[in-house]
Amino acid sequence: MAEPVLKIDNLRKNFGGLVVTDGVSLDIHAGELHAVIGPNGAGKTTLINQISGTLAPSDGRIYLNGADITTLPPDRRAHLGLARSFQITSVLPRFSALENVALAVQARSGSSYQFIGRADRESALNDAAMAALTEVSLDARADVLAAHLSHGEKRALELAIALAMQPKLLLLDEPMAGTGPEESERLIVVLQRLKGRFAMMLVEHDMNAVFALADRISVLTYGRILASGKPAEVRADPAVMTAYLGEELE
Amino acid sequence: MSLNRRTEALPIAIFLVLALAPVAASFGAETYLLGLFTRVMIYGIAALALDFLCGYGGLVSFGHAAFVGIGAYTAAIFGAHGVSEIAITLPVALIVSALFAYLTGTVCLRTKSVYFIMITLAFGQMIYFVAGSLSPYGGDDGLTLPLRSTLFGFPILENDRALYYAVLAFLLGSYLLLRAIVASRFGRVFRGSKENPTRMATIGFDVFRYQRVAYVIAGCIGGLAGFLLANATEFVSPSYMSWQRSGELIIMVLFGGIGTLHGAIVGAAAFLLLEDMLGGVTENWKLIFGPMLVLIVLFARGGLLGLASSIKERLSRG
Amino acid sequence: MSFTLLIVQTLNGLQFGVLLFLIAAGLTLVFGVMDFINLAHGVQYMLGAYLAVMFYALTGNFLIALVAALGAALLFGLLLEFTVFRHLYDRDHLEQVIATFGIILFLNQGVKVVWGAAPLSLPIPEILSGTVVLSPGILYPVWRLMIIGSGLAVALILYLLVSRTRVGMLVRAGATHAPIVSALGVDIRRLFMIVFGFGTMLAAFAGVMIAPILSVEPGMGDSVLILAFVVIVIGGIGSMRGAFIAALLIGLVDTLGRSFAIDILRLVMPPSPARTVGPAIASMLIYVLMALVLYFRPAGLFPAKGR
Repeated sequence: MAEPVLKIDNLRKNFGGLVVTDGVSLDIHAGELHAVIGPNGAGKTTLINQISGTLAPSDGRIYLNGADITTLPPDRRAHLGLARSFQITSVLPRFSALENVALAVQARSGSSYQFIGRADRESALNDAAMAALTEVSLDARADVLAAHLSHGEKRALELAIALAMQPKLLLLDEPMAGTGPEESERLIVVLQRLKGRFAMMLVEHDMNAVFALADRISVLTYGRILASGKPAEVRADPAVMTAYLGEELE
Repeated sequence: MSLNRRTEALPIAIFLVLALAPVAASFGAETYLLGLFTRVMIYGIAALALDFLCGYGGLVSFGHAAFVGIGAYTAAIFGAHGVSEIAITLPVALIVSALFAYLTGTVCLRTKSVYFIMITLAFGQMIYFVAGSLSPYGGDDGLTLPLRSTLFGFPILENDRALYYAVLAFLLGSYLLLRAIVASRFGRVFRGSKENPTRMATIGFDVFRYQRVAYVIAGCIGGLAGFLLANATEFVSPSYMSWQRSGELIIMVLFGGIGTLHGAIVGAAAFLLLEDMLGGVTENWKLIFGPMLVLIVLFARGGLLGLASSIKERLSRG
Repeated sequence: MSFTLLIVQTLNGLQFGVLLFLIAAGLTLVFGVMDFINLAHGVQYMLGAYLAVMFYALTGNFLIALVAALGAALLFGLLLEFTVFRHLYDRDHLEQVIATFGIILFLNQGVKVVWGAAPLSLPIPEILSGTVVLSPGILYPVWRLMIIGSGLAVALILYLLVSRTRVGMLVRAGATHAPIVSALGVDIRRLFMIVFGFGTMLAAFAGVMIAPILSVEPGMGDSVLILAFVVIVIGGIGSMRGAFIAALLIGLVDTLGRSFAIDILRLVMPPSPARTVGPAIASMLIYVLMALVLYFRPAGLFPAKGR
C-alpha cells in the first residue's frame, strides 16, 4: 500500500494532569475522507490543532506524506500541503471574500515580499481565487466583505480558502456547525464533489453528513480511538453504540 | 482597498495646500510660518509611519519617537565630527534606524497587544536615557548642529524655503511609498495579520517575519523624519525621543483617523497647530489639551476626519 | 570601601525595588482584572507625594499627612474612575492609552499651576531621620529601611488579601478568566472600583514614602510609570508574585548597574572611555534584561494563565 498522506503515531497531549489526547494513532490515505466523531470533549478539536500546528503535542509523531511535521510551525505545514477550516469561523472579516481566497493563492505562488504593484490587480491571483469561490458556489458574493457574509457562506468561504491552497490534506473542524439544514445539504454536496481530489479529515457532529461522506470513521472518546473502520462496521460496533451513537441512530 | 475619486480628493488637496503654503506665508510672518509648517510635515512623516503600523498592522507602537531621535542624533553626531554630507549621513541614519527596529522588533513582535505597547514604550525610554548619558554629545542638554546637511558639498538646505520643499518632497515620497506598500502583496499580508494572525499562519504566512519587515520600514521612515527634524531645528536633544513625543505621535494618528495614511498628515497639522494656538493663549495649554484628548476618545471615534465625514453624512441625510 | 558601597547600594536597590513594587502592584492588578492600561497610574503616585507635602504644611504631623494624603488620593482616584475610566474599560488599548495620556498632561500641568514648578520637599519624621550602624563603618538612613520594611509589609498584606479573601479570589479569577467572573453574577463594577481604589492608594503610598528622599516635582511619576511597566511585563501581567520578584530584580540591577558600571568597565578599558560608555550601558541594563526575559518567555516570568 502507498504511504499514507497523514500518519499519526501514538499522539499524546495533556494539559497538566488532564489527558486530552491519549495515544491516538491513525492513517489517512490519498483521496480518502476520514471522519472523526465522538462526544463533546472527546478531544477532536485538540487533535486537529495538533495536526495543523497551533498546539504542540506532548508526545508522539505526526507525518505528512512521510515527512515528520511534529514540530513545524503552522505556516510551514501549510506549505507542505496542509489546510484546515476552523470550528469557530476564522476568516479575515474586513477583506472581501475574493481577497480572503486570493491571499491563500498568494501564499503558494511567488514571494509575498513584493512592496509595489497592487495585489488586488494581479489577475493570476484573482482568477485562481474566483475559481475556488465558484467551486463552493460563492462566486456571486466575491466582492462582499467576509464580515457581511451569512454564517453558511462563511463556512463555504473557509472551504474556498482551503481549496485555493491546493492541499494534500484538508482538516475540517465541524464545517456544519451552526448551519441550517438547507445550508448543510449544500455543503454536503460541495464536499461530495471535492471528495477524492485530496485526503480529508472531517470532524463533525452531523451524522447525516458523516455517513453520507466518510470512507472511514474513527470514534474518539476520552482522547482515545474507540473504534475505527468503514461506516457500516462502525455503525454495527456494539461498543460504539453504547458509548456514543446510541439514540442518535435510532 | 477601494480607491475612488472622492477618497483621492483629500490627499491631493492636502499636498496642494502644503505646496502653496510658502506663497501664502510670504505675506505674513514668513520665517515663523515656514518653520511651523516644516515641523508639521516632518511630524507628518513620522506619523505616517506610525499609522502604517497601527492602522494597517494593528501594531500600536508607543516608542516611535525613538526612531525620530535616532535619525536626529545621527545627523547631529556626524555634524559634530564635521560631516554633513547627506549622501553619507542619511543612509547611515536609515541603517541605524533599521537596525534598531530589527533588534527591538525581534523582541517586541513576539508579544501581543498590551505587552507590545509597553515594550515599545520601554525600548523608547531606553534610547532616551542612552542619549541623555552621551556626555560627549551634550548629554541631557543636547547639541547644536554646526550647519544643515549638504548634498555633494552644496548647502542646498540652507535656505528655509529650500528646506521646506525638500521636506515636502520627502513627505510625498513617504506617503506614496507607504500607499504602494499597503496595496501590494506584502501590504495585503500585513493587513491580514492584523485581522486574523492564526488564519494567516494556517494559510502559510510566517506572520512574525512580515511584521518585522513592516516594523523596519516604519522605523526607517521615522528615522528619516528625525534626520529632517535635526536639519530644521539645527539642534537635537533627548527630549526628541521622550515618551511624551511617542504619545503625541499616536495622538496625531488618532486625530487624523487611524488607517488612512493621509489622515496622519492632517493629524500632525491639527496637533501642532492646536499646540501652537493653545500655547499662544496660555502657557498652561496642557490643562485644556489633556481633557480635550479624553473627550475626543470618549465622543469622537474615528478622529477628526471621521468626525468630519459623519457630520457630512448627517448633513446630506437631513 | 568597595564592599561597604556594595552593601549600601544593594540596600538602595532593594528600596528602589520595593517602591517599584508598590506602583507596579496596582498597575498589574488593574490591568489583570480590568484589561485596562492606565498610564495615569504614575501621576497618582505624584499626587500622593504632593498631597502629603500639602497636608504636612497644614498639620506639621507626618502621620496625619500620610493618612490624609492616602484618603484624598483615594477620593481623587475614585472620582477619575467614575468620570472617565469606567467608560474606557471596553474600549481598545489604543483609546485607553490616549485618554489616560490626556489625564497625565492635565495633572502634570495641574500640579504645576497649584504648587508651582519648583521642586518641593517633605521632611523625614524626626524620630526616623537618623542613621543606623549596620556594621562598623556602614551607616544607613533609617528612613530608607522604613521604606523597605513598609514595602515588604504591603507585599505580605497583598499576598494574604489575594490568597485568603473573597475579593482576592475574584481578583485572581478575574486576572485569568474575566468573562467567567462576570458571568457568575459578581458585581464586576464594584469589584473594579475596589481594585482601582486599592491600586490608587498603593501608588499614593509609594509617593508619600519616597517624598522625603526625592524632590517632589511635576512629571516625577512619568519615568517611574514606565519602569513599573517594565516590571509587570517581566513579571507577567496580572501576576502579583511576578511583579514582586521583577520589581526587586529591576531595582537591584538598575541601582547596582549605575554605581558599578564604570568600575567594571575600567577592568577592560581605559578610564576615560569607561567614564563615557559606563553610564550609557548602565541606563540600558534593565531594558536589556527585559528584552532577554521576553525573548525567552514572551508572557513574562509568571504568566497569568489563559491570557
